[in-house]
Amino acid sequence: MRHLLSTGDLSRDEATLILDTAEELAQVGDRSVKKLPTLRGRTVVNLFYEDSTRTRTSFELAAKRLSADVINFSAKGSSVSKGESLKDTALTLQAMGADGVVIRHSASGAAHRLANWVDGSVLNAGDGTHEHPTQALLDAFTMRSRLGRLEGLRVAIVGDILHSRVARSNVLLLTTLGAHVTLVAPPTLLPVSVHTWPCEVSYDLDDVLPKSDVVMLLRVQAERMHESFFPSEREYSRRFGLDGERLGRMPQDAIVMHPGPMVRGMEISAEVADSPRCTVTEQVANGVSLRMAVLYLLLGGS
Amino acid sequence: MPDGTRAVLDGPEINRALTRIAHEVLERTKGGEDVTLLGIPSRGVPLAQRLARRIERVEDLAVPVGSLDITMYRDDLRLAPARALGRTEIPVGGLDDRVVVLVDDVLFSGRTVRAALDALGDLGRPRAVQLAVLVDRGHRELPIRADYVGKNLPTSLRENVTVRLEETDGHDAVLLGPAHPRPGAPSARPAATEGND
Repeated sequence: MRHLLSTGDLSRDEATLILDTAEELAQVGDRSVKKLPTLRGRTVVNLFYEDSTRTRTSFELAAKRLSADVINFSAKGSSVSKGESLKDTALTLQAMGADGVVIRHSASGAAHRLANWVDGSVLNAGDGTHEHPTQALLDAFTMRSRLGRLEGLRVAIVGDILHSRVARSNVLLLTTLGAHVTLVAPPTLLPVSVHTWPCEVSYDLDDVLPKSDVVMLLRVQAERMHESFFPSEREYSRRFGLDGERLGRMPQDAIVMHPGPMVRGMEISAEVADSPRCTVTEQVANGVSLRMAVLYLLLGGS
Repeated sequence: MPDGTRAVLDGPEINRALTRIAHEVLERTKGGEDVTLLGIPSRGVPLAQRLARRIERVEDLAVPVGSLDITMYRDDLRLAPARALGRTEIPVGGLDDRVVVLVDDVLFSGRTVRAALDALGDLGRPRAVQLAVLVDRGHRELPIRADYVGKNLPTSLRENVTVRLEETDGHDAVLLGPAHPRPGAPSARPAATEGND
């Protein structure tokens, strides 16, 4: 494994190795010395063309806990705003000796292109509406640690599937790991090609809720919507938002997940967001261990 | 058993060596009150557990046992593809002010022990660190020696020492055989810290 571009590239064994490695590395966060010497002397560049404090700091912390040198490069205020292309930026980083490049870009496929231009490892930290593999891996990690297994788990992914790279990465990964995924969304928020995905589709949240071990809510990505996809926020919230009453109809040990940032009152009510069955902050903590695991497996060896 | 391989220790001999080490640990640590045993995965861990059982039998004293994976501290990480991690489990109560006895199957170049000492430094501050190994095969590359040795086994660099244990391999034995050259290895010498160090 040289790059991490898509969860679809991962075999079951590779994905399990990443999750197992993350489980061991989670201990580092509990120690007084939260640092390992593993990537000493290696350089990781965080190349962020889109704003993302959560993912960038998570990658930064993960690399620093492994003793790598980290360079943060955001497109704003850099030569990108002067018109430099992705390729030239990549070649510059290459010349500076980057061993790993973490890229977030608004264009789907940007990470794939970058992988052709640089010698180091490329980690996709979200490309357009395409994929966000480390998010899916940390979600799977959270499910496994909360529920003890992934095989046979029934997962409902609810909301703006059309604009969600998290949904696509999760469907591919969870299917590889033996879970059953159902996408729940209004027809307007599903991609045209959804019938080719290895999952089921439903338009009715109330029908799916009692049969789900995990309900993963997605943020409605208003910034990517250039036309209207549903009549009103209120109607969306009434049909696809998770409130306390709906939570009560889920199985007793089922959990609620959200990749963040949450829009309280729209896809999730404050009551659910603050409930102990909601794993949002756990997902953030697990994100650091998971990204340490990926950085170690990609950059730690020869 | 492959050609040219012979058993240098069998099951009962391994048991006797571990019983002797258990007594030596109790003697040197004056009763073993502050001792914590840390096995280095994979085969150091069952060895540490066996030592703890023997100490309990002799002195009626429950010694904390843990495991210390040193993969992230190795100095040869860049020479091979990334390897899977073993388990690190530090007993409740931590390592501060304890006499930590590291337990491994084979002592070879000493690099694994160096890595373990680095790892210990990040986990706490033991009062003293000692080293127990089932086999010392020589060829040290660092100024490190064991406090407790099951058997000193003079070997050639062209030989390979393999430890088999009931818990991991189904039977107890220490085997000595010809080294298998690794693909791409620059010399007859196996990679410095591979497996049986």
